[in-house]
Amino acid sequence: MRFKFNHNPKPLPGDWLVIITSLALVIVMFQQFWSFEHASKLKIRQGNQVIGTYDLNQKRELHIKGKIGESIISIEQGKVRFKQSPCHNQYCVHQGWLSLAGQVAICLPNQISLQLIGVKSTYDSLNY
Amino acid sequence: MTHSTINIKTTEEDHHIAKLTALAIGLHILETVIPSPLPGVKPGIANIVTLYVLYKYGFATAAWVSLLRVFASSLLLGQFLSPTFVLSLSGAVLSLGVLFLAQHLPKKHFSAITLSICAAFAHIAGQLIVVRLWLIPHTGVAYLIPIFALAALFFGLINGLITAKLIQQK
Repeated sequence: MRFKFNHNPKPLPGDWLVIITSLALVIVMFQQFWSFEHASKLKIRQGNQVIGTYDLNQKRELHIKGKIGESIISIEQGKVRFKQSPCHNQYCVHQGWLSLAGQVAICLPNQISLQLIGVKSTYDSLNY
Repeated sequence: MTHSTINIKTTEEDHHIAKLTALAIGLHILETVIPSPLPGVKPGIANIVTLYVLYKYGFATAAWVSLLRVFASSLLLGQFLSPTFVLSLSGAVLSLGVLFLAQHLPKKHFSAITLSICAAFAHIAGQLIVVRLWLIPHTGVAYLIPIFALAALFFGLINGLITAKLIQQK
């Protein structure tokens, strides 16, 4: 076969430098933006008010009054979920357990949001 | 009956630019046929032409070819002034800016591969800036940055290798 993948203009030293630097940059980006760190704290908001920050490492059930009724949020050793909600579409309940830093569950009808916080706070996509 | 013809004086360089742009448009349109797993992750083979022109005819010609390609392709694809067009343009402008600076790197140590990778990163950066400021104004886009950067490195490298080969052959 005439076509061989034997590339003739070999990358020059500077090219290697650029390739390696960019590769390092990409790896750093993956670490920065895709941190799958387990959350340690939970912040609950009702409307634009912070109801409270709770430790995730406990077993507890919270009853939070929202706009249309009472939501039940259950914390269970590092994870949290909406257990019950008065909203009619139940998206928040169906989202299930959350455990990673930066994860968010929002119940729009009841205006309650859960935000999981790690050791270092990740991007806050609620306040945009 | 009088014939009226409009004569535009064209120079040799104009013809050059037109031919090379036609090639770039061809590649650009060819590329739109290739399905992409994520909007924005594209090989960007039209940039091979930009780089090749940069080496053979200088920066001004490369800028012409690149910008004309963006405008003409968007007209042909019916995307003129659409978000796709703006993304394409912002990417092209930023990558030209980076190429303008990178062309002064010593040729002894830095080949087309370096320029291609830098241009690819600039391209994606230009697009992400527009996406963040205009199309999706929140930080959810951040999750996609590593994927775009990886794609930029990968395709930038391949395009650079192809360009280096082309320059060597002629």
